[in-house]
Amino acid sequence: MIVLAGIERRFLVGDQVVAALRGIDLTLADGEYVAVMGPSGSGKSTLLNILGLLDRPDAGTYALGGIETTTLSEERRAALRRDRIGFIFQSFHLIPRLTAAENVELPLTLAGVTPRERRERVAQTLDALGLTPRAHHRPDQLSGGQRQRVAIARATIMAPGLILADEPTGNLDRASGEEVIRALEGLNARGLTLILVTHDPQLGGRARRRIRMDDGAIAEDRCA
Amino acid sequence: MRLRDILGFALQALASHRSRTWLTLLAVGLGTAAVVLLSALGEGARAYVENEFANLGTHLIIVFPGRNETTGGPPPLLGETARDLTLDDALAMARARGVARLAPLTVGSAPVAAGSLEREVNVIGATAEFMQVRRLELAQGRFLPPGDPSRGRGVAVLGQTLAKELFGHRQAVGEWVRIGQRRFRVIGILASSGQSLGDTLDDLAIIPVASAQALFNSPGLFRILVEARDREALSGAEAAIKDIVRARHEGEDDVTVITQDSMLATFDKILEALTLAVAGIGAISLAVAGVLIMNVMLVSVAQRTAEVGLLKALGAAQGQVAALFLAEALLLAGVGTVAGLAFAWASVGLFNDAVTAFQLVVPAWAPLAAAGVSLTAGLVFGLAPALHAARLDPVVALSGR
Repeated sequence: MIVLAGIERRFLVGDQVVAALRGIDLTLADGEYVAVMGPSGSGKSTLLNILGLLDRPDAGTYALGGIETTTLSEERRAALRRDRIGFIFQSFHLIPRLTAAENVELPLTLAGVTPRERRERVAQTLDALGLTPRAHHRPDQLSGGQRQRVAIARATIMAPGLILADEPTGNLDRASGEEVIRALEGLNARGLTLILVTHDPQLGGRARRRIRMDDGAIAEDRCA
Repeated sequence: MRLRDILGFALQALASHRSRTWLTLLAVGLGTAAVVLLSALGEGARAYVENEFANLGTHLIIVFPGRNETTGGPPPLLGETARDLTLDDALAMARARGVARLAPLTVGSAPVAAGSLEREVNVIGATAEFMQVRRLELAQGRFLPPGDPSRGRGVAVLGQTLAKELFGHRQAVGEWVRIGQRRFRVIGILASSGQSLGDTLDDLAIIPVASAQALFNSPGLFRILVEARDREALSGAEAAIKDIVRARHEGEDDVTVITQDSMLATFDKILEALTLAVAGIGAISLAVAGVLIMNVMLVSVAQRTAEVGLLKALGAAQGQVAALFLAEALLLAGVGTVAGLAFAWASVGLFNDAVTAFQLVVPAWAPLAAAGVSLTAGLVFGLAPALHAARLDPVVALSGR
């Protein structure tokens, strides 16, 4: 359960204050599949950063699974990110010197999980995404679709309740994009909350709930 | 996060920038090796000087006539010269407590001739004990015979060079030489001594002290070398010698007494300061290597901004991010130090095998100091880049801006 109330976020651009988010109220139930759409500069990325605890709102409250996050220390927010949120980025953000398996293992390593348990969970997760044959390849030896699936494996290895995907198919061709979206929808089918930021209407149309943002506010919130 | 994982992650990061890593390791290694090698050079010099002094004879006390020290009181109306140090003074000192043996010496320059060949050399008047006190070795024949030192006998011991120049390859022992107006029979030849603190014992003649006094027509001694029984007896013997001189010279303290210990201590102090100075120069080069580590780490953080953002998105706390980058800096410092120490040790070993006249001695503190300075530099100079990385805003870092 995600509850946003009265979220405001302002940036200083030069000597001008620009409101990126103004008075966002939003409630998401567990297991929802939400597409956030809107033109560039509408505030959808800022909303995603706040949902992902990467950014703090200037005003308003954000409760994630019953925990009020706006008052938490940076350490506690990092721990929440690690345990409850999985990120998928447009540009994958895989570490180039690490193999696919090592990239997937990284969240477990940061959490201090034992090496034996890490190996087991990495193998399982890679297997579920059909990546076992590519486990020991580096990112530059993988196709775009494979890279994004490695990123999905990394986002899900800590078994989070929330997946945040920012233009996950933006750097992919149609076929690979389809593969990646199906993988994400598969996670949603298993009960994970999936929030997808995109400006592709066709992609957004697949979500059950569609939020259209404009000028820092929610312009439309529809359920299919 | 586990320590092994932190180190593993840092190692992988270092391995991905091979040339940058090698160059930094080289700088740290050279700095470490510089500290160790330079201090080994200084310590080697100290050991060398100490060894030279030991060759002169340990527990040595040197007594000079006269006193070059100003004391209070009104200046004397008439010029007052110090009393001579005489053979009788020396004989009295020989009975003092703590004295093992002593050698009264007169030194002068005189022509030494054999047949038609003549050389002007230093002539030392000494006694039989001089051989032990000064640790002399003979190549041939005997040294001056023991006996009453006030009786001047006509015998001489020649240095290696002098003997060669007067007699060539002919047998010198048993031949006659003329020193001044007197004839002396050559009874021994000194072994070549090499250099000993700069003066050679190869180009001189040694004759009984009484003969030398007659030759130079002077009752005064040049100095008396006194060997104490052992190191502990040194100060007692020194005091006893002063007492004897005072008693014999009507209450005047008109000799200068130097113990070898005090001379050695002076050299020791100078060379220790020298060692510390050169080690300090080495340490500066290590600090420079530390600045290089900082530079490399700043470049590393700048190039991996997006990675830092990702680590934060994956839930790395600030402390973890800082630890990862600090581990890189410390690994650079640590591995560089180990390599530098290994290089220094190998170099010292090779040098000491190749050169026997002078040995490098690595003082125990040098590797510890080098490692300490190196790791401290790694920590201090690695901290700023690591904290910089830890404080990056994840949103900004992820966008790579």
